[in-house]
Amino acid sequence: MHDTSAQAAAHHGPPTSFIRKHIFSLDHKVIGKQYYGLGLVAVFIGMVLSWIMRIHLGWTNYAIPGLHLLSKTGAPGDVMTPEYYLQVMTMHATFMVFFVLTVAPFAAFGNFFIPIHTGAEDMPFPHFNMMSFWTTFVAFCVMILSFFVGDGPTLGGWTQYAPLSALGSVAGPGQGSGVIIWATSIAIFCVGQLLGALNFIPNILDLRCKGMSLWRLPLPTWAWFITSCMGLTSFSVLMPAVILLILDHVAGTSFFVASNLVLNDQLQPHSGGSTLLWQHLFWFFGHPEVYIAIVPGMGIVSHVLITNMRKPMLSHRVMVYSMGALAVLSYMVYGHHMFVSGMNPLSSLLFSFPTLLITIPSTIIVLIWIGSLYGAKIRINSASLFALGFISLFITGGISGFFLAQPSIQILLHATYFVVAHFHFTMAIAAIFGIFSGTYFWFPKMWGRMMNDTLGKIHFWLSFIGVYAIFMPMHYLGLAGNVRRYQAFVVDYMQPLVGVHQFITIAALFTGAVQLIFIYNFIHSRFWGEPAPDNPWQGTSLEWSIPSPPPPDNFGGRHVVVYHDPYQYGVQSSTGDYVMQDSPEKVNTINEEP
Amino acid sequence: MAKLFAVTILVIAILSAIPIIRNTWHPMEDISTHGQAIDDQLSDTMWEAGISFLSSQILLAWFIWRYSGDRPGEKSKTFPGGAKGLVAAAIVLVGVEVFALGIFGVKAWAAIYFTPPGADALPVQVQAGQFAFYFRYPGPDGTFGPIHPNQISEANANFFGLDTTNDQDSKDDIVTAEMAIPVNREIRLLMHAKDVSHSFYVPALRIHQDFVPGLDLQLHFTATKVGRYEIVCSQLCGLGHYNMKAYLSVLSQQDYDDWLKKQQALQ
Repeated sequence: MHDTSAQAAAHHGPPTSFIRKHIFSLDHKVIGKQYYGLGLVAVFIGMVLSWIMRIHLGWTNYAIPGLHLLSKTGAPGDVMTPEYYLQVMTMHATFMVFFVLTVAPFAAFGNFFIPIHTGAEDMPFPHFNMMSFWTTFVAFCVMILSFFVGDGPTLGGWTQYAPLSALGSVAGPGQGSGVIIWATSIAIFCVGQLLGALNFIPNILDLRCKGMSLWRLPLPTWAWFITSCMGLTSFSVLMPAVILLILDHVAGTSFFVASNLVLNDQLQPHSGGSTLLWQHLFWFFGHPEVYIAIVPGMGIVSHVLITNMRKPMLSHRVMVYSMGALAVLSYMVYGHHMFVSGMNPLSSLLFSFPTLLITIPSTIIVLIWIGSLYGAKIRINSASLFALGFISLFITGGISGFFLAQPSIQILLHATYFVVAHFHFTMAIAAIFGIFSGTYFWFPKMWGRMMNDTLGKIHFWLSFIGVYAIFMPMHYLGLAGNVRRYQAFVVDYMQPLVGVHQFITIAALFTGAVQLIFIYNFIHSRFWGEPAPDNPWQGTSLEWSIPSPPPPDNFGGRHVVVYHDPYQYGVQSSTGDYVMQDSPEKVNTINEEP
Repeated sequence: MAKLFAVTILVIAILSAIPIIRNTWHPMEDISTHGQAIDDQLSDTMWEAGISFLSSQILLAWFIWRYSGDRPGEKSKTFPGGAKGLVAAAIVLVGVEVFALGIFGVKAWAAIYFTPPGADALPVQVQAGQFAFYFRYPGPDGTFGPIHPNQISEANANFFGLDTTNDQDSKDDIVTAEMAIPVNREIRLLMHAKDVSHSFYVPALRIHQDFVPGLDLQLHFTATKVGRYEIVCSQLCGLGHYNMKAYLSVLSQQDYDDWLKKQQALQ
């Protein structure tokens, strides 16, 4: 507890110029909203790309009106070429994983709420924080650029396996300039995320207000803390990896390219590199990245549920320890992406056991959520529906992990649609439900207006049914051996599965269209929504004790003192069934943990 | 609305389980000696996953049904046993079961990777390149000639870069675009990547292994049923990835001998 440091964080007065206020802002709240806006743009691009992919997978020769405008060579006559399908697929994944699933739940909400949850006036290094967003924005622009440079974006998938990614344009369209642009963008993105993590961690450790012990931090802030630690240690591995990849292209090195490779009847001028080195470096980042996407969602969903259940989780500490266990184990399990990669088969078994072990903290988290629902008085609103939907999706996605944790079963299921189903249910769709839940919950605080709850509920119902219709059948495709990353199904045994793909395509188009309801609700509420009260959900944590939206220095110069655990519900106080964290009122706080 | 949500979760869970219970989509029939262990492992995991999936979704639906809305006069309750009981349940019910599965699964994996091929296993080499598989049989001398990467030429149909003028061992090597093997005979597969990473995925054989450029790998297996199957690439290898496939014919010994003779004549 460092109340003096908390006051010292008031590095800057309220901004006066337009540029300082809205563009190069030092205010963590503006930066959080900027990240959120970037996430929204990226998710829209990613979704449109997924529509294009799905239409092509259902009806391979279907001309998508206007597609040639995106790429004349990639879609002559508006019909996608095989390589353009792969380029679109790579960009879908890249935008979604980096610029949506990392940016929105972690950087956007984290930026806005960490200083408020800790009782600080801003981040410890506001200039770094501003740089963090603008660096990420540059990375985003560079990635967009790849659509319009040379022969288009890379087709190597977001995993960019070498040597396909390291050989240059001889390996295919987009493998020259496309890969260099991709790797440059990711390197810049890593810098942005490292700058973010370097703000989040000291804020949580050093800028807590008086009375705010670590255990009094709300669960999302714990989740962002754990995620920051993961980001710090995993992006710092990805960044050198992509720089080495760029060097293989431009400096004549052979980090990831072995000797004696022949393409187009030409012996390649590389020697001595390692194919598997890239996979090890990439997945050492890649698996923690999965948790970077999902752990903030766990924190947000817990926060939303607690407020709407009107009682705390069965155990605050068990939740924190379990999320921490996920983070620690995430570094030891990455090899399950490589069971059949050609690494030592003994390593596959060794990576299998921590992967199985990770089911324990995951199960504990799910059981704590479900167990906490017992005996509650759950308020049903858009935020709580998305939070409950998150649990259902996370269960489904987590359970398919039982299969993929076992090397022997991956002989059947590796690189099939079963894997696509698994990771979409967990890190993609569940994480996005976490973002939606957080948006409906915190929108009043972030923008000072209420969202339309009826539209939110319609959005939830159609999305919940829609995502199950899209991703559940992918498990069946995987069981039948349907390989992923195919632009058409010319293999004999896959042809009977095309009907399932068509069903999925229709479901994807429907579910995507449903998101327009959210966009409308978001924009309409932002400008014309009902003005939000300070504490619309009768919450207890510090964001609800300040105005909506908060003033530039968060607490209006008030020296915040915290007296309680974050979730004091089900008590009798002067305000009702809850007591605010910063209320000195003494109540019978039966929920306080020792 | 909460009740409707609970019913929706229930309906989705049941609808999701029906194709699994009815076995509508399933792995194709196994034709290998080692595949049964994998299938048993899959089946055991399916049981455990199915029970976990249905029970947790039903529990979630039930609690949403039962504990939604403000119910005046009813006090909030805590789950009997609290967090400790649930942590114990997670460790005992899921941890131990999943761990047991993992331990049993070692057997299936070891049967493929930790047992060496028999001395009389038939060697076949497969080379993966953008976007085709080629196969090589050592011929009557039983020895493969060396690969000269600088002599690899699709244009001259020298797919393996063989120097049949100077290398004695290469002279009788048989190169084919389709793989044929005798039934019930162990095969020692030598895997070589020409350019980028590829994969050798034969669902019917329960074989799935990536090619690693710069690192030649070996696999061994025995096919038990005559028939024609497909080998597909499952590792993204470029624009023609979706079309990278080859046929595997499992033949009787007599048919295999005839086929090999025919291929030899074509060289």
